[in-house]
Amino acid sequence: MISRFRRARFASPVLLLLALISVGSTFSALSARAENTAQPTPAARSAQIDEGRQLFLKGCSSCHGLNAEGSDIAPSLIGVGAASVDFQVGTGRMPMADMSVQAMRKTPKYNAEQTAALAAYVASLAPGPAIPEESQLNYERDGNVAEGGELFRTNCAMCHNFAAQGGALTQGKYAPTLMGVEAKHIYEAMVTGPQSMPVFSDKTITPAEKLSIIKWIKSAEQEPAQGGISLGRVGPVTEGLFGWIVGLGVLVGIAVWLASKAR
Amino acid sequence: MSNELIPSNSQNPIENPGLPAHVHRQTDEDPKAEKRAERQVASLFLLSALSTVLFIYTYIWIPDDIFTFIPILGDMNLHQLLLGLGMSGAFLFIGIGAIAWARQLMPDTEVIAERHELRSKDEDRKDFVETVKAQGATAGIGRRPLIKRTLGAALGLVGLAPIVLLRDLGPLPKKELEKTSWKAGTRLVTDPGDRPIKASDLEVGAVVQTLPELPEGTERSLNDIAKDPVLLIRLRPSEFNLDAERLSWTHEGIIAFSKICSHMGCAVALYEQQTHHLLCPCHQSTFDVTRAAKVIFGPAARPLPQLAITVDAEGYLIAKQPFTEPVGPSFWERNTK
Repeated sequence: MISRFRRARFASPVLLLLALISVGSTFSALSARAENTAQPTPAARSAQIDEGRQLFLKGCSSCHGLNAEGSDIAPSLIGVGAASVDFQVGTGRMPMADMSVQAMRKTPKYNAEQTAALAAYVASLAPGPAIPEESQLNYERDGNVAEGGELFRTNCAMCHNFAAQGGALTQGKYAPTLMGVEAKHIYEAMVTGPQSMPVFSDKTITPAEKLSIIKWIKSAEQEPAQGGISLGRVGPVTEGLFGWIVGLGVLVGIAVWLASKAR
Repeated sequence: MSNELIPSNSQNPIENPGLPAHVHRQTDEDPKAEKRAERQVASLFLLSALSTVLFIYTYIWIPDDIFTFIPILGDMNLHQLLLGLGMSGAFLFIGIGAIAWARQLMPDTEVIAERHELRSKDEDRKDFVETVKAQGATAGIGRRPLIKRTLGAALGLVGLAPIVLLRDLGPLPKKELEKTSWKAGTRLVTDPGDRPIKASDLEVGAVVQTLPELPEGTERSLNDIAKDPVLLIRLRPSEFNLDAERLSWTHEGIIAFSKICSHMGCAVALYEQQTHHLLCPCHQSTFDVTRAAKVIFGPAARPLPQLAITVDAEGYLIAKQPFTEPVGPSFWERNTK
């Protein structure tokens, strides 16, 4: 990816700026993510937007259009905001591997810096939801797990399953499992409504309530399986299958043994 | 067993083979095998006793927060595992022991029991009738009509008791099934949270689970929660494909439907933002939001009832009028339109 841009005219100033940004953020001793959200100088920001635009033209414009205006096969990205880009690119859903009904989570194709640049570019087109700051995502401190459970059951459980394991939608689409998803990405998904998922506005589910939902999901992730094998935690389908095949199988075996004649 | 039903002449090529020779078990013939079987049964009963001890020991002394790794099953709670093993072993080994005992040690002689007619002999039947008549005469039922009638009344009333209990199936819901708490001017509030909602709170593609706002100082009853939920969805107004009346029930692209499935009453809330399909998780009934929740797949017979909404003076979303049809699944008295 990097080698493709090495010969570009803007390569050296951009590299210099990126080096400055990364050195600065190393000193700030924040996590790797923080450099995306750190407030860069206006010059650095416009350089970042430029870099994002170049990345966009190379990697995204064939579907989303040269000016992100969308096409027959891909939606417009004007006004979707940085949060949407950070979610779609940061979880590897974009770029899509093929034109299937749903973009799947996979290893991201862009690194954190490039994702931030793409997000900055798309955010510069029109205002939209911003990437949440680290300080906005302290669900351990600001979330309430009981409230989160109630909100999850009303708003999320019908698609994502009562244990956040994911579930099927129509025609091959599905709601993915929420196990092991970063808090930031869960938050961004609620704010932006990626793909089939609707938007959960900040006014109707407040940021504090969103953190409660995240805290509940994280606690569900930690929940040990008391009975050992959890059969996917999807409820009666796998449990019934297991009961019918293994349970009834054992009963049939016992019946055969009961009726056989002792030697 | 002679077989007289089938004429045994030379034309019948198949000879009646009779019963096969009785094969004795090892335990019947070999005293050592018998001893071994006895020990087997005894050890099975002993295993049951040990399992019960394990159950009691686990219940009292093993804490319930220890997790242990079991191959294939993964990490599991030791307390629960041993309780289960103890309890199932206690019952299972008694059963297996009893069966092993019956199979290997209990008498193994074959006995032939001939069939006989089900009808009693005529003289037995006559005897019975005579006995009943004689006893009846001795008890003097015929002589004491008061006792006969009061006994009859008592028995009849006992029979009435379970019929009276059927009243618990009622009272009839009357018009309750056709009504919800929505009235003209009722604010839509978030569920949970009970906050009123402004139209501007919803972006395009947003959904909100809502309930009607409660008057001060009242509690939501479970029956209300079962009927009242409404799903708010915001689309681009250009995406609607509605007739003029239904379009007037929306507000700036915000459309509201009852969340109770018209099939079996599950909560219909799987909204696919891109296709505008609303899906019921129970039986996959699919409703097209852009066409007033028309059923496009699945067992539901009717669209979801649409709630007419508008905004009040303060800009909060309110119901314009109550639901125009009963929400939820069909019922006997429903006036199907």
